[in-house]
Formats: sequence, C-alpha cells, structure tokens
Amino acid sequence: MSSTQTNPINVRFAGLGGTGVIKASDIFADVAFRQGHTVKKAEVHGMSQRGGSVQSDVRFGAEVHSPMIPDGACDFLVVMEPTQIEVVRGGLRESGTLISSADIDVVKLPSAKSLNVAMLGRLSRHFAFPESAWRESLRSNFPEKLHIANDTAFNLGRG
Amino acid sequence: MPQPPQDKSGRLLLSGNEAVALAALHCGVALGTGYPGTPSTEILESFSALGGKAHWAPNEKVAAEVALGAAFAKARVLCTMKHVGLNVAADVLFTMTYSGVDGGYVLVVADDPGLASSQNEQDSRRYAEAAVAPMFEPADSQDTYDLLRVAFETSEGWHIPVLFRMTTRVSHSKSPVLPRFAFGIKPSAADTGAPTTDFVRNIAGRVMVPGHARPAHRRLRAKMAEMEIWNNAQGPNQIVRRANQLGIITAGICYHHAREAAPEASILKLGMSYPLPMQAIRAFAASVQRCVVIEENDPWLITALRASGLTIEAKDDSIFRFGELSVDRVKRILNHDTSPEPVPPRGKPPELCKGCPHTSSFEVMKELDCIVSGDIGCYTLAALPPLAAMDMMIDMGAAVGMGLGLRHVLPREQAKRVVSVIGDSTFLHGGLPGLVEMAYNPPETGHVLMILDNGTTAMTGQQEHPGTGRQLDGEGTHKVNFEAMARAAGVKNVFTINPVRERAMLKAVLADSLQKDELTVIIARSPCILAAGRIAAWDKEQKAKQTADEQPAESGSCECGGACKS
Repeated sequence: MSSTQTNPINVRFAGLGGTGVIKASDIFADVAFRQGHTVKKAEVHGMSQRGGSVQSDVRFGAEVHSPMIPDGACDFLVVMEPTQIEVVRGGLRESGTLISSADIDVVKLPSAKSLNVAMLGRLSRHFAFPESAWRESLRSNFPEKLHIANDTAFNLGRG
Repeated sequence: MPQPPQDKSGRLLLSGNEAVALAALHCGVALGTGYPGTPSTEILESFSALGGKAHWAPNEKVAAEVALGAAFAKARVLCTMKHVGLNVAADVLFTMTYSGVDGGYVLVVADDPGLASSQNEQDSRRYAEAAVAPMFEPADSQDTYDLLRVAFETSEGWHIPVLFRMTTRVSHSKSPVLPRFAFGIKPSAADTGAPTTDFVRNIAGRVMVPGHARPAHRRLRAKMAEMEIWNNAQGPNQIVRRANQLGIITAGICYHHAREAAPEASILKLGMSYPLPMQAIRAFAASVQRCVVIEENDPWLITALRASGLTIEAKDDSIFRFGELSVDRVKRILNHDTSPEPVPPRGKPPELCKGCPHTSSFEVMKELDCIVSGDIGCYTLAALPPLAAMDMMIDMGAAVGMGLGLRHVLPREQAKRVVSVIGDSTFLHGGLPGLVEMAYNPPETGHVLMILDNGTTAMTGQQEHPGTGRQLDGEGTHKVNFEAMARAAGVKNVFTINPVRERAMLKAVLADSLQKDELTVIIARSPCILAAGRIAAWDKEQKAKQTADEQPAESGSCECGGACKS
C-alpha cells in the first residue's frame, strides 16, 4: 500500500446535448491517458443528443477508484453552455476553476461547433501536458477536414 | 469510430461496453446478437467494428434464441440487452438453464440503477437466482475484459448459459484495459480455446417436455452445488486486505465507490455473485470486526447473507434502495447518516429535436384531443411539456394492447378518441402480436394504430432494424413491409402519410379514421432528422450499385449503349 496516496484530478464537462460535451471529455481523457495517467471517465448516454443537460466526468492520477467525481470535488468545471453554469456550479471545490464560454472570444471561433475545442485550449493552460499531446488527440478524434478549424479554435482558447 | 487511445504500456482506454466487445473478439465469439437498449447498445456495435459477426434481432427473446441455437452447436455466443430486455427474453432464460448448452453462452444484461434511460429500476440479480443462471458482475473495464473469459470458460465447463451483469456506470465509464489475452483481429478457434461447431443429437437434453425437464431440473441444481464449491475455492473473487475494523462485501461499480469512500476498509469483491461463495463470505465476515454489504438497488445480497445466518450490516433501504450509489452515498451508508441528501439543481430535460417528424404527428393527435396509448422511443418525449400528448407508456409494444383495452371498456365517446402510437423498431420488437390481437378481437368502436416510422432505432443512437433494410453492419437485407403486414393481419384501412410534408392529410385521415368503427393503421413515415443524411447517402449508393450492375458485362459487346441490359 502506498503511503503517499494522491487524490486524482477531477474535471467535469457540462452543457447541453449536442454541444460537444462528451467529445471534449473524450479528448481530455485521451490526452491524460496518453501521458501515462490512470484515467476514468463517466457519463450517462442515451439522451445526449436530445438537447437535455449532459455531464461527463474525467478523473486522472496514479490511482483512481470511482469513475464519478464526489460531490463538491471538481478541480475544474468546463461549462459549454451559459444556462448550465448554475446547474453544475455546486460541484466545484472552493479552490476549483470554472471555465465557461465567457472565457472565449466566440466571434473569433471558426465555427460555433468548435467552441468545445476552444474550451479545451483554455483548459490546457492549467496542465503541464505538452501542447503536441493535445493536438495529436484532437486530430485522432476528428475527421481531417476539421483539423485546421480545430487548430484555430484551440489556439484561440489557449491564447 | 476513432481508435481507442493507447498508452506506452499497451493499455487501452475503453468503456465497459467496448471491453466486452474486445474480450468477445479475443475469446473467439462466433456470433453476437441482441436488441439495442441503453446502456448495452455499444457492445455489439463495437464488436462488429472490430470485425466480429454481430446482428440486431427484432427483440431480445429472438436474440437469446438465436444465441441458444448457436450454443447448442458448440459455438461461443454473446447475447446483449438492457435489463428490461431480459424480461422479454425471460421465457428462454428460465428453460435454457435446464437444457444447458454445448458451447459457451454469455448473456450480457445491463441494469440501469438510477434510471438514466429506462422505465424501471429492476435488479437482474434476481433473475440469476430465479432462473438458476450463474452470474458475473464486473466492476470496471479491465474487470469486464478479464471476467468475460472466465464467464465463457464457466459456461463451457458446466454446459450452462451464464449471465454477465453490467450497470450503466460499468458499461459507459471508460477505464484502462490491458488486453491480456489478445490474439490479433481474427483469432482461430485453436488460439482462443473456443470449440469447433458441430451438431450432436441429444433429444432428452434439449427437448424440454416434462419427462426430460424433471431430471434436467435436478441436474441444474447439482451443477449449482458444484459451482458454489468452485466459486468458494477458485471463483473470480478478490479480497483487498486492510485493517480488520471494517470489512465491506460488494460487487460491480460499488467496489470502486467503497474503495474510495473507505480506503481503510478490507473489501471482499465478488466477481461471481451467483451462486454465492457463501463459505468464502463467511470466512471474510469472521475476519473483520464490523461487516457491511454495499450494493445498489435491491437488498439482494444482504438478504441471502442474512438468510444463511450471518450478522451483517446493510444500507437503509428507505433511502439508498433508490438511485445509484456514489462515493458520497457509500460514506453515508457506512456512517449511518440518514439525514436528507443534497438535491442537485434540476437540469434541462431532453426534448424532441428541432424538426423531428414526431412533433408534427403528436401535434395532430393533440389537436384531435386523442387519448394516446404510447410506447418506448424518442417519441416518448412527447409526453413532456409543451406537447404533453402521450397518456401512457409502460413497455415495448404495449401501445397496441393498452389502446385496445381502453377501447373495449371506455364509454363510446371516449373510446372513439383512443389511438395507439408506436415507433417502427418498437412495433417490430413487441407490437406485432398486438396488431394480430387488434384484428382478432376488434373493439366495437374499431381502433387506430399509428406506426411512427422514422427509419431507425433513434433513441438508442440510430441502430438498424428489420424495417430499415440494413443489418447491424450496414449491409443491405430484406426490408419488412409494414403496410403489407397490417393488411395480412386483417386491417382494412392502411395509409402511409408523411407527417411533415402531408400534415393536413394526416390530420384529415386520422380524424376520419376515429369517426369510423373500423380498424385503421396509419404509417407516419418521415426519416429521423439525425439519420436522414446517412439513410439518403446509403440509398444513393445502392442505386449507383444497382445501375452499375445493370451495365453490360463487357462494354461495347453490343451497340445499344446499355439499353438492352445484356
């Protein structure tokens, strides 16, 4: 048994179905996983394309047990849709970071659909993962025709 | 489908459903069959994407029967469904445990504690006990991958179909998987240990008439007794030994909640929960000062343990029987904390997509003040405001029968307003016998059945079904004809109307049909807007193929330019 048990980093993605919540969480989980972390990711599918509230939890570290983030334990809350901020804000730790679409200059987005990628760019500032890892994961999760627009969106968020 | 991410040590980040698919491939599964249902749907889709042979059946019962035939022929088969699907397949389940199988038969059933996308919170562990089927319960994706092989070996070793119980959080959570027994994409039977298929006659073993079933029941109970001994000694159960003040007995996703909620506790994690390894449980309980069962939904495990004389604590079922467990809830259970739980703010409920053809159909029914006997699919969302245009929904196919029942007993003026409404996939799943009943025992006021045909199983993510003309992997196949089916059953008035483009006609035909004391089937046909592009592209491709096939075999073999179709 390790005596220096470290808590996992908890990142919750939230928004409405069809706004790229699940996709963003997939990409983030992918980046952390390829960097050698144990990653767990939990969400509820089924209604995700029907415009209802959607949340996806990603947890990573040396050891992760439950795939679901405990109450009030989110280190980061990434909210794609402004109306959902108050729905999910209670999940954030006191010291946690909220990232919302207000942090992105949305008029500069190559397309409205790429907001989730810009939010990932914004989130990437808070992690030491190499920039190339993010770009690699973006490329492997999207068709080639979106790669250039995604680079632009990611740069916009990362700043 | 993008490739799953892989880390430097060769681990893949997979959902539980993807882990079932990968393990099935590595176990040499000859056929996967099932019916879509959240949270189980992605298993067969992933298996097919990996190169496995996978089919959607019209319903779970047929899927389980197809799998049984294959298992009689010594194949390894995988059958998948959601928890309520097992109700449909229960008839097969309860007697195939008597007959047993010659190959390996794993039936994956995915429960939905908390009802993320289901109509009830039933607990499939009760099926294991009731049908006398061994049950495995994985806790995460690696566990799923590893246990599936044990499940096949158990099925083959004892010649019995086994249940493999997933839950929403196991099926849909992603976690790392080391593919320990990978054999490449198309493993041979010799690589996987899967037997070679063969038919060996065994009438007394497979024809379950009373004379054969009586000894079969005794054989089954004897197998269970042997399996319990095996599960005690060698079963896929695991003890995490920590301090002895607190011991937790658990299975499935609850194992991970418990590890996190009580890192100081010793834990007995059950991988095979039926038949229970009672001796191992007894020994574990005796090794700790305080012993608590952590389980979601029904008090199934605790009831069994208490019945065997053990003094063990459990959750307060007036609170924790409802909904899924979590780290926080497990802490509450362990601390006997029954104070009110925090209520999360209400999110936005799902709704029919903008431009969904169902909206138009339900608006028409609302305008005509229909009493709507509804069914299961995206269109169930029409029950919510602002439409609020569905009056009942219980189970797959029930729209037809419930509508007929209403018509039989309601006063005439109310009976005349009743319409049964069902989707295309749901109609083929469970509505067909209802259609036959409608023609066989018609109400005095007649009846109207509306089949909302959007050309896909939309709710679960646009799966194919026998009415789409495509198999699970997109291959073209025979397309069931709803209109001909309704006429063959004995329904006189059959209409096909596009509810979007011909909305006025739909309203006129429905109003007219409600007036008549006759049987009417209206097929409201317009593709799901999420699937329309894909369906149109497929149709175009088929037409192009057909045109190519009609070209002369050798161009220039005659001078007609292809007109002769030689």
